Amino acid sequence: MVQAGTGSGFLALKGLAARYGATPVLSGIDLAIGKSEFVALLGASGCGKTTLLRAIAGFVTPSAGTITVGGRDVTHLPPDKRGMALVFQSYALWPHMTVAQTIGYGLKLKRRPQPEIARRVAEMERLLGLEGLSGRKPAQLSGGQRQRVALGRALAIDPEILLLDEPLSNLDQRIRLSVRHEIRELQQRLGITAVHVTHDREEAMVMADRIVILDQGRIAQAGTPEEVYNHPASAFVAAFMGAENTLLLAGRRNARHFMLHESARNAACVVHAQHSTLPDGPVEARFRAGAGELLPKAAPGAPPSGTLELWGEVLSTSYPGGLWRHSIKVGDTTVLCDAPRAFAQGEPVKLRIPPAALFLFAARPAGAPSLPGARPSAARKDSTPEPSSQPEA
Amino acid sequence: MSAIRTGLAWLPRALLLGLLAFVIFGPLTNLLLWTVAERWYFPHALPSQYGFSFWERVFSPRGGALSSLSNSIIVALLTVAVALALAIPAGYALARLKLPFRALILLAFLIPQAFPNLSVYVNVARLFYEVRLNGTIPGVVLVHVTHGLVYAVWIATAAFAAIEPELEEAARSMGAGALRAFRDVTLPLAMPGLMASAIFVFLESLDEFTGSYFVGAPDVNMLPLLLYSAGAGGNYQIASITALLLLIPSIGFMLVVERFLKADVLAKVGH
Repeated sequence: MVQAGTGSGFLALKGLAARYGATPVLSGIDLAIGKSEFVALLGASGCGKTTLLRAIAGFVTPSAGTITVGGRDVTHLPPDKRGMALVFQSYALWPHMTVAQTIGYGLKLKRRPQPEIARRVAEMERLLGLEGLSGRKPAQLSGGQRQRVALGRALAIDPEILLLDEPLSNLDQRIRLSVRHEIRELQQRLGITAVHVTHDREEAMVMADRIVILDQGRIAQAGTPEEVYNHPASAFVAAFMGAENTLLLAGRRNARHFMLHESARNAACVVHAQHSTLPDGPVEARFRAGAGELLPKAAPGAPPSGTLELWGEVLSTSYPGGLWRHSIKVGDTTVLCDAPRAFAQGEPVKLRIPPAALFLFAARPAGAPSLPGARPSAARKDSTPEPSSQPEA
Repeated sequence: MSAIRTGLAWLPRALLLGLLAFVIFGPLTNLLLWTVAERWYFPHALPSQYGFSFWERVFSPRGGALSSLSNSIIVALLTVAVALALAIPAGYALARLKLPFRALILLAFLIPQAFPNLSVYVNVARLFYEVRLNGTIPGVVLVHVTHGLVYAVWIATAAFAAIEPELEEAARSMGAGALRAFRDVTLPLAMPGLMASAIFVFLESLDEFTGSYFVGAPDVNMLPLLLYSAGAGGNYQIASITALLLLIPSIGFMLVVERFLKADVLAKVGH
């Protein structure tokens, strides 16, 4: 498997930008995708991920930048000359063609002999579990079958690059989970380079070698699922990766550490060098509901070094399954925290967040845009996060 | 009380349906009767003598019905061919490209209909005399095309607009050039709509009188002209038989429309 980030740049985007009329949709996209790599473009709706995919496919003309495939500049080639196959969100199956005609269409265009087309179509049908449906038209197929026909049509031509535009979003939940793995397995077996657009974080995590998170037409972070999950580069990425609990804390930097000051709601804490680039002053702390440990306020013992301790009071509890979810009032903010047992409403508690699960970001100066969740009405052009539009987990 | 009311509830509906049937089928019955009436004088409710002698007159070489019929059909077919040749690219462009004045362009095709036919065609006839198109089949076809183009373009636009651009993009993505994608995907899917537009144009051409009269007559005689002169001469039998000939394609049209036209295509006409 190709190592993330060190891809040979089989498919390379340099300084890519696109606009609809005067509105910029994409700007400064630099991305190198290695051969046989599976890259997921992840972002909320309107972040430009589909536009980026369509620009790669050749259906959107970039306003700046280049797209190269294996060193060949394809920026201004029409879609049919790029050696890519796009699977549409709507599947875009042709209502007047049967399954066999649809899957064989690309080969017919290449003027392959009829027996070869028939063999390849049969092979695709077997691969995708479409046996016996050759003569059906799209109207006679279920959603999952249509999705597989769309995939078969794209795979039949042996594309150098497979582009997937939210191909799973129209499937119901249970089928979606299994199709994720099917597509991933196929891609690995066939060694295809794939770019997959999705707004579903889990889908991206499960399927991709590398995740590229887009925010307002720019790349917010690119890395392996493990990297973006555990080392989000910005508050936006952290929020998108599920670290929705937000606290404003204050701290000071010294040579190797960052000191979080004690306040009415937290103990003092020294965090490690990974945060040493933080400036003095207010910081935004983010963590996941499942990341903290919930203890009674009176529980003895000091937190381990580097672990942030917060003090609060249980507002409410619920049981979503597995763990109890607590809504906890910490100072003037409310955070969510999971625990194996239910705490009583109103019970004073302390919440410990280990260093690996605590993400600190420089808080934007007061008045400036923008704190996630609390969005000022001021116009914000290029400022970062927009986590109000969260992915459906 | 309410029982009586519900008991008689069918009455207004039945009366309305009966009236509608009379409005539609009354004149048609009258027409059919006239085609087989040898004698039918005023006070009598029904013809006093039936027969087919007028059919013989209409279809005799001197009656001119057959030559008019063939003229009408040739002109109608040519009109369809020319109108579709123009409407397919025009309709596609109007449906696909986000033209800024799309609605305006669609309206522009209505212009030939917006002015009184007579004044337009008198001038067309004068112009055609100068370029020697008067009294020729191409001349009549040209007049009918300007007339039928509005239907052709509007319906073709609707037919193309009903096709998701993604279907075409999917073909492009599979390696089809723009023309190939159009031929393999867009055109077959638009076919029902284009058929409907062809039928509309065909019928409009078959029915058109004013232009055929000024540009075609007396060298190119069309069925409506025959109908007109028979009617004006008080010969109701010949007029009715001619009208019946004109009716046949109309009925065929309704059957074909019912078979080919999808509701979603019709819904987009004019948008």
